[in-house]
Amino acid sequence: MSQILIQVAYLFAAFLFITALRSLGRPDSARRGMQLAAFGMAIAIAATLFQARIVSYEWIAAGAAVGAIAGYPLGMWVPMTAMPQRIALSHAFGALAATLVGVGEYIIGFSGGTLVRSTVAALCLEVLFGGVTVTGSLMAFGKLQEILPGRPLIFRGQNTINALLLAACCCCVVWLIAFPAHVVIFSVMVALAVLLGILFVLPIGGADMPVVVSLLNSYAGLAAVATGFAIDNNILIIVGALDGLSGLILAIAMSKAMNRSFANVLFGAFGSSDAATLVAPGPEGEMSSTTAEDAALRLAYAQRVIMVPGYGLAVSQAQHQMRELGDLIEKRGGDVRYAIHPVAGRMPGHMNVLLAEAGVPYDKLIDMDEINERFVEADVAIVVGANDVVNPAARTNPASPIFGMPILKVEDAKSVLVLKRGKGKGFSGVENDLFVDPKTSMLFGDARQSLLDLALQVKVA
Amino acid sequence: MATTTIIQLFVFMLAGFVGVQTINRIPPLLHTPLMAATNAISGISLVASLVLAGSGDGILATMLGTIAVACATANIVGGFLITDRMLSMFKRTQTAVTENTRGSASSAGSPS
Repeated sequence: MSQILIQVAYLFAAFLFITALRSLGRPDSARRGMQLAAFGMAIAIAATLFQARIVSYEWIAAGAAVGAIAGYPLGMWVPMTAMPQRIALSHAFGALAATLVGVGEYIIGFSGGTLVRSTVAALCLEVLFGGVTVTGSLMAFGKLQEILPGRPLIFRGQNTINALLLAACCCCVVWLIAFPAHVVIFSVMVALAVLLGILFVLPIGGADMPVVVSLLNSYAGLAAVATGFAIDNNILIIVGALDGLSGLILAIAMSKAMNRSFANVLFGAFGSSDAATLVAPGPEGEMSSTTAEDAALRLAYAQRVIMVPGYGLAVSQAQHQMRELGDLIEKRGGDVRYAIHPVAGRMPGHMNVLLAEAGVPYDKLIDMDEINERFVEADVAIVVGANDVVNPAARTNPASPIFGMPILKVEDAKSVLVLKRGKGKGFSGVENDLFVDPKTSMLFGDARQSLLDLALQVKVA
Repeated sequence: MATTTIIQLFVFMLAGFVGVQTINRIPPLLHTPLMAATNAISGISLVASLVLAGSGDGILATMLGTIAVACATANIVGGFLITDRMLSMFKRTQTAVTENTRGSASSAGSPS
């Protein structure tokens, strides 16, 4: 009887989880939905504690206490700018839990002599996905936190070695399905998976991390699915499938926004096509620089202004200054919108969170597809710390390495103001035609200081 | 192959379809909260860790289970807290809010 009650509790929790994901479709219903999901989680956990297999609670209590103490700061103290590495770290946690459960269940089955082929197959997949995700996520965390060098680390025959490792893992899985009770092979497989995780993220640069973090999210989900198959638990299969697909969908969306094929992000480092950059004709003309006074005058009397924040804005922590400038322009009767490119931040949707934190209402944060139609009507577009995502060469110059990348059509605006640190190139090393366009004026200097100056001048204009 | 495995494959497939339908509806605006949310929800693997930690099947399995419990709990606690923190930051424009409430009030009033 209690077994049925537990399953009913799981069913209810699964219902609440899916409802929560549906509620995430709209910002005003999202919070409530997630609170219901937390409630569902509590019910599922409480029900599990009545499982017949659980005979003692000391270790459970100890583990849960440690986890709760570690989880609180991870939830409440992590700044929003550190969100990508925080997510990477929690993928590592989730995958480690799955891997350890896989190893533990294998040990129990081995010592009890109760290993069944289908269970071992599921355990193998669980440990494989889990192992790769644990070290892969830790590497991603290290790169994003800048503990490890962010540039891609490449050596000869890298892809061959990775392929061989993967093949070896597959051999181990086949072996274990044929002869389930083989601890040595199982240990070798775990070791190979852990090593593969390191080598897999090593050649991927810091700027490609949005794709990697999303993909590792997907792997963590698949590890959970495998756990569900191994221990006959439907809720793990459901949640793992949702998690795995969400990661995959985001990873594909991110690579599309970066104009890279999935394979190119994972197996080829950017910038190796230097030859293409040399062949591409550089932009003709001179950049025209302006002063904060002149630029502010234009902003103060503009009807429609579109802000284009890039990663440089987040680096100089100038979100609040940008919002203050926007508020001042609105107070004078102008209409201000914020154009968000999918890869403006370091993970999917990161820039939206950073601007929401600075107090920008979410109905003013407009996605690329929607805002691109509005640039024609904009009197001024202010580009802050963005380069490649506003480069018109992506649409006009087939020789450019970023040709084909979806960009914000800033060049359609009546005039463009670019806030930039210096005259350097974007991370892809491509020259930007927008900066030499006759209707573009450049305001050089630190983004934060420039925004402060502009706000000051708009106030007195 | 056992019948339960077949049923599980059905569950997997259907959950996959639900996932694609649901996640494609989520605007890019909320993609970071989505990631934090799926992270928190995938902490449900705690149920597997709990069973391993509490089953008393030898010291090694118990230890592995306990570490897994700690990891999964950290994800649940941290994940739900940070998702809520993030979502609480997404606010509408003040005027838009009043228009909205006025709109919903009139629409709620009209059928009667």
